[in-house]
Parts: sequence; structure tokens; C-alpha cells
Amino acid sequence: MVRLTIDEREFQAEEGKTILEVASENGIYIPTLCYHEEVSPYGACRLCMVEVTRNGRTRLVASCLYPVAEGLVVRTESPEVSNIRRTVIELLLARCPDLEEIHDLAKQLGVDKTPFKLENKKCILCGLCVRACEQVVGVSAISLVNRGTDRQVASPFYESPDACIGCGSCAYICPVNAIKIDDIGDTRTITMPNPKMQPTEFKLKKCSKCGEYWAPEKQLEYIAKKAGLAPEAFDICPNCRD
Amino acid sequence: MDRLSSPAGLEKVRESIVSKRDTDKPCITICSGTGCHAFGCEKVSEAFQKEIKRLGLEDRVDVKTTGCHGFCERGPLVVIRPKDIFYQRVSAGDVSEIISETVLKDNIIDRLLYTDPNTGEKVVHEHEVPFYARQKRSVFGNNGYIDPTVIEDYLAVGGYSALGKVLSGIKPEAVIEEVKKSGLRGRGGGGFPTGVKWESCRNAPSSDGVRYIICNADEGDPGAYMDRSLLEGNPHSILEGMLIGAYAIGSHEGYVYVRYEYPLAVKNIQLAIKQAEEYGLLGKNILGSGFDFSVRINRGGGAFICGESSALMASLEGKVGEPRAKYVHTVEKGLWDKPTTLNNVETWANIPLIINKGADWYTETGTANSKGTKIFSLVGKVNNTGLVEVPMGITLREIIYDIGGGIPDGKKFKAVQTGGPSGGVIPDSLINLPVDFDELTEAGSMMGSGGMIVMDEDNCMVDIAKYFIGFLEGESCGKCVPCREGLKRMREILDDISEGRGKEGDIELLERLSTVLKDGALCALGATAPNPVLSTIRFFRDEYEAHIKEKRCPAGVCKELITYQIIEEKCPGCGLCVKACPAEAITSGGKKKPVILDQEKCIKCGACYDVCKLGAVKVS
Repeated sequence: MVRLTIDEREFQAEEGKTILEVASENGIYIPTLCYHEEVSPYGACRLCMVEVTRNGRTRLVASCLYPVAEGLVVRTESPEVSNIRRTVIELLLARCPDLEEIHDLAKQLGVDKTPFKLENKKCILCGLCVRACEQVVGVSAISLVNRGTDRQVASPFYESPDACIGCGSCAYICPVNAIKIDDIGDTRTITMPNPKMQPTEFKLKKCSKCGEYWAPEKQLEYIAKKAGLAPEAFDICPNCRD
Repeated sequence: MDRLSSPAGLEKVRESIVSKRDTDKPCITICSGTGCHAFGCEKVSEAFQKEIKRLGLEDRVDVKTTGCHGFCERGPLVVIRPKDIFYQRVSAGDVSEIISETVLKDNIIDRLLYTDPNTGEKVVHEHEVPFYARQKRSVFGNNGYIDPTVIEDYLAVGGYSALGKVLSGIKPEAVIEEVKKSGLRGRGGGGFPTGVKWESCRNAPSSDGVRYIICNADEGDPGAYMDRSLLEGNPHSILEGMLIGAYAIGSHEGYVYVRYEYPLAVKNIQLAIKQAEEYGLLGKNILGSGFDFSVRINRGGGAFICGESSALMASLEGKVGEPRAKYVHTVEKGLWDKPTTLNNVETWANIPLIINKGADWYTETGTANSKGTKIFSLVGKVNNTGLVEVPMGITLREIIYDIGGGIPDGKKFKAVQTGGPSGGVIPDSLINLPVDFDELTEAGSMMGSGGMIVMDEDNCMVDIAKYFIGFLEGESCGKCVPCREGLKRMREILDDISEGRGKEGDIELLERLSTVLKDGALCALGATAPNPVLSTIRFFRDEYEAHIKEKRCPAGVCKELITYQIIEEKCPGCGLCVKACPAEAITSGGKKKPVILDQEKCIKCGACYDVCKLGAVKVS
């Protein structure tokens, strides 16, 4: 265990934890867009920057990545921190002017407009979908491709990805609801915010008892295979099971 | 060749190589560096080989193709040793005369000599050429004497003797101590003390004892080719440095990460590894000491960001070359999460020198906190383009004027960009600045890996900032918001300013974005990216203001803000500009009458301005 101070409050924390983890466990809010506890931290959005002082040296670090240490002094607010957060949200407002979630966060940070030229993008490139697909689902159907301003989330060659099981984890984890899932009849359609990609369709499985379509067949096959279950294990939907 | 089994055995081999070499025998060395290649040195080399064979002089004259000599401006370069007769701009047609006159009869061929533009005097010997005379070529000097594909050449100049010395019983800790004492700082840009890095790596816990060594040869700064020239011209010196580092740190596996765009460097280092293995200088039980070390080569795909250590390691592991936060240092958790020491090519090449001559000798050169020499690629608006190795602490003035020969065409020096794209510009008022790590940082620039781009009065500082920000925007990996989105916005604002759409508040917005990049970007590329903008604003704010408020480009560069005009009194209608104009915007006004420039058709390329020797074209 190590002792550290966050915003003048003292805490004991397990070694190896990050500042963001310790802060949120103790109810201290630090804004972030690219962090999720189920996937590895990434340090891309820079909203979680905080000021730390250690061994007499003060600097700005990403709290989602910085490991706690004995005697660490953390300030979650400072003029420099605020300058980074406000400018980052201005940059994202200009990139994605139509995203409600970004407007909400901007408002919270006291930003109501952006000085930059507006674009019309939907994806903030936080990489959460990519990490969830790789680390939680284990299929890596999508990845971050290209460099710099050309960076985008895409499937290989922008084609409907064979590896995708239609589980929708990407949509669930997306902090700005940029990935759409529509279940209509026996078909699930997943639409990525990448204009080069066509929507991908998945056939849904019908519950042999109630007749409801309840999950993509491909996802159920994947789970059955991974868990070593018989293919018919998912013939009945969870609602109809005892 | 049997593998050598002891340092004494190495010395014996060296003695035998040296004893067989006649130091009085003429040796024609042909520079085969990047610049000379562009000038066609290959044909010169072939012509020498052919002519020597035709005359049956193979036993009396040696011909050696070497790595870069540095004076690229005057290539192809030929130096006839041991007399050091220096010929420049040599073509294949000069070869037979050089052999019959200079090599065989000791007659100097006047037209091939270098003329000092300041004195008008011809210079005969290499070491008397002002470009070389003011340098201190400790690391780079051997390039002109050895054929990089012949390990015996490196051995003949004392190669691998530092390794022999270390393996003769110096403890690893003592090697680290010596490197620490030398004050050597990383030549790749960071300037971190090399010995301290080695020590941290040696002391970092590793569950299975595995530690890695990496040579960073992913040189990517526009206009920089120091590392390339070292790898191409003296690959064994880098291997020797890596071997010593590996021994000191306790590593048995090393990597050279080199750009795919450097095929000759890859070829020469590959060959060097093979030769060193055959000699028993690499591999198992090196020189019978029980120390094992092997080196592998990895070719980078050409992403600038892969020169950043954590991105380089990700790329080496086969992942996308993106940086990670280095709150846990790579000396503790680097390549495959093992303690890893990464040093730049030039840093490694300094190591054998420090071990051979000692830290005390090494610290005689340099300033309080920057020891030794540094190789710079001196390019841009300077007479003597090339690679220069200078003692730390030398002034910018000495580099640009004494070594570089000043600014061409009598133009006025304006600024020099140091440290590559994410360095800064240093203006005329600071030309007496001593060049070392701290002074350059203090002035708002940095040492970087040693790029030095000289600019004159015809360079617009907004345009320069725009160029470098555009470069960095293209090379940003795109992972973090400040770098990806911020650089794009900075480039947009600079585009606006240079195209006449600049507005009040743009400079302040550039400054705010710069601060966010500096404080908030994930890696050093983003954190240093604002330097070109901040330094040009700091020293040339008036130029920004002229663009924004008066819609005027003082240097006459930004196309949207300038017009070309013919000064009729000065124009005799020679028609040179008519031929040069690619847009057919200039037409003849009749015999001996001024030409006519159609503003509607003019694309503002400046071809007429460049071609007119009478000053009859003006930019306004």
C-alpha cells in the first residue's frame, strides 16, 4: 500500500493502481472519454490530465496511466489542467459538432463554443470500441487504421468484417453513441461511423420456445465454441429458461 | 577465418593486417556517401577501378570506396592518401588524368582543387580546406579512411580495440562509471545522460535476466543524414559501441532498427554483423570471455513516429508503431516488457572512443554539461552543404560562416532551424550562441538529432512554421487529441495567415494550442511539435503581424500576398523569363523592349525572379 494525497485529501491505495482508479473509488471526479474499467487504459483523450508532484518535481500527467506512488501529491484542478481540458473539448467540438455527449461535457467544463472550423465527424477516436473488440470479445474485427488526421476505426479493407460476431460490444462501450445497432425482425444491423464502411447485417436466432429473435447466431456460435458448449445450448432464450 | 579466442588474439590479427599494409602506397579514396551518390560517384569509382586495371597498377595503387566524407556540396570527392590531395567535383572523365598526373607523377591538377571563396586561393590538402579545418572529426573522421565493407579496414584503424580492452577484465560497473564520467548525452534528441541510462537498465529487475539493447537508426528529420552516413560509412563502430553497452548492461541480444529507405545502411550493417560473427566479435563466447551477444536488424516502414523509443519498441514487437506514456521508463519495462537500453546511432559510435581514450580525454571537449562532439547536417541556404562534426560549445556563427562558408549569393542570414521539424528557429541576433544541449533549449529550440537548416532573407517565417507543422501533422500517429486535432488546427490557422485570411487573435490561439500540446500531448513528438511556431512567433512576431494586419509577406514568399512585376527601366527584353515562365504569363514586348507580365495568368512560382540576373523582376 502507498499513501498519496489527492486534492488535499489523504488516501491509501494499492500499488499498481492508477490515479484515476483511486480517485474514482473515492468519489473524486476526473473527466475522461477514452477510459473504461473493462479495457486497458490508453491515454488518448487527455481530459484526465492532472498535476502531480513527486520528489519535488511537478508535472502534468494522464491520470488513467500514471501509477500511484508513496508521497505522491495530486491536484485534479489547476489553470494548466483546465487549459488542456477546455482546449481538448474545443477541438472535439469542432471535429464532431453534432454529438450531444461532447456538448454536455463542454458545458460542464464551461465551454460553449469552439474557435475552430467545424467538421462533421461522428467518431472521436477514443479507441474504446477497438480495445473492447480485442480485449473483451477477443475477435479484433475492427482496428484503428491510418495515421494522424487520417486515423479512423475500420475493418480490414473497409469490408464487412468476417471476424465480427455482431455482439455489439463496440456500440455499448462507445462514449458518444457513434456506433448504431438496429434489431429489426430476424436481422441485426451494425452501422459504424466510418463513411467507407457499409452497414453489416447479422441473422438473429429465434427462441425455440417463445419465438423471439434474441441474439446474433454468429455470436452464440462463438460463445458456445469458446465455452465448450453444444451448439443447441442457446436454442432457448434467457427469458424462457428455468 | 577462425573465430578469435582472446583480446590478445585480436591484437595479433590487427598487427598482421597493419604490417601487410604499406602506408606510403597511394590510396585513392572515393567518397560514396549520399551526396556524392547523387553527383554520380559510382561512375567515378568504376572508372578508377577500370583504369588501374588497364594500366596494371593493382599492386602499386589502392582504390577504396568509402562512406561519406561530409563535404557533400562539392561531390564527388576524391582524396589521394597518404598525401591527402583533395579533389572535388570529380567526374569519370578526370580519372585517367588523376592517375597519370597526380598518382604517378605527384602533379596537382589545378581545376579539381577546391577554391576558398573568401581568399580565392586553391587548397591542395583535405585538412586545409576550411570546411574540414574547423571541425573536430572524432566520430566521423574514420569514414574517409575505411571501406565499410571490409572489416580489416576498421581493424587497421584500431577497430574493436575498445571491446578488447573491456573484455580484458574491466568490470561492467566500471564501464558504466567511465561512460557516466564522460558526460556523454544521447545524440538522438533527448540528451539524456547515457551512463545513467545504462546504470538504470543494469539495475532494473528482470525476472529471467533478459535485457535488450537497441540502436535507433530511424533517422527521420527532413534534411538529416548523420546516422545514415555513420551506418553506411562505419558500421563496425556502431556494433562495437553496442557490444560494449551490452557487456556493461548485461544484455545478450541487440537490435538495430533502421529505416527501410536506407538500403545501403541496411546492407552495410548486415555485412558488418556477418563479418564480426566470423571473427568471433559477435555471437557466443566473444574473444573467449564467456560474454555472448547477437544483433538483429529490423527495418522500419518509414513512419517518423517510430523514432520515438516506445513507438519504436512497439514496432519491433510487430505492433502498430505508436508511443505509450513512459511513466514507467523503458529502461525498466521496454521491449517485450524487459529492461531495455535504446541509444541513437551516433551515441553508440561515441562509446569506443570513450573507452579507448578515457573519460578524461573525452571531457576535454565541450561545455560544462555537453561533452564531446556533435555531428550536424548543415543544409539550406549555406554555401558548404554537408555533414560537420564540431566540438560542443562552438558558436552557430563558426558553423555557418567558418565551416559553412556563409550564405550564398550575398544574401543576408536570417535564422537557423536546429533540432529537426520539432526544433525551433534561432535568429541572427543569437548567432553567437554556443551550441550545446542547454543553450539551444534555452533559446527555444533544441539539439534534436542534429539537423541544421540555414535560412536567408528570402525565407518567410510563417511559411517555415507552416511547413514544419504540416510535416508533423502528417507524421503524428493520431493517438492523442492535442497532437492529432491540435496540429491540424495550427496548420489551418497558419494556412489562413499565409493566404491573407489571418485575423486578430490568431497568434494568441496558436500560442494557446502550443501550450496544450507542450503540456498535454502523449509523447515527445507532440510535446515538441509547437517549437517551430513558438520560436518564430517569439523572434519574428512582426512578420506574423504583417501577414495578419497588412496582408503582406515581408519575405515575398506567401503566394496569395505577393505579386511579381517587371521593372521596365531595368528590362532589356532578353526573354529569359519568357522561356522560364511555365504559365506563359510573360510575353515579349518587342525587340529591346521590356517584357509584358499578365497578372491574370501569373501563378507566382517565382521562376522569372530566379532567372533574371538584372533585377528587373520585383516582388511586392
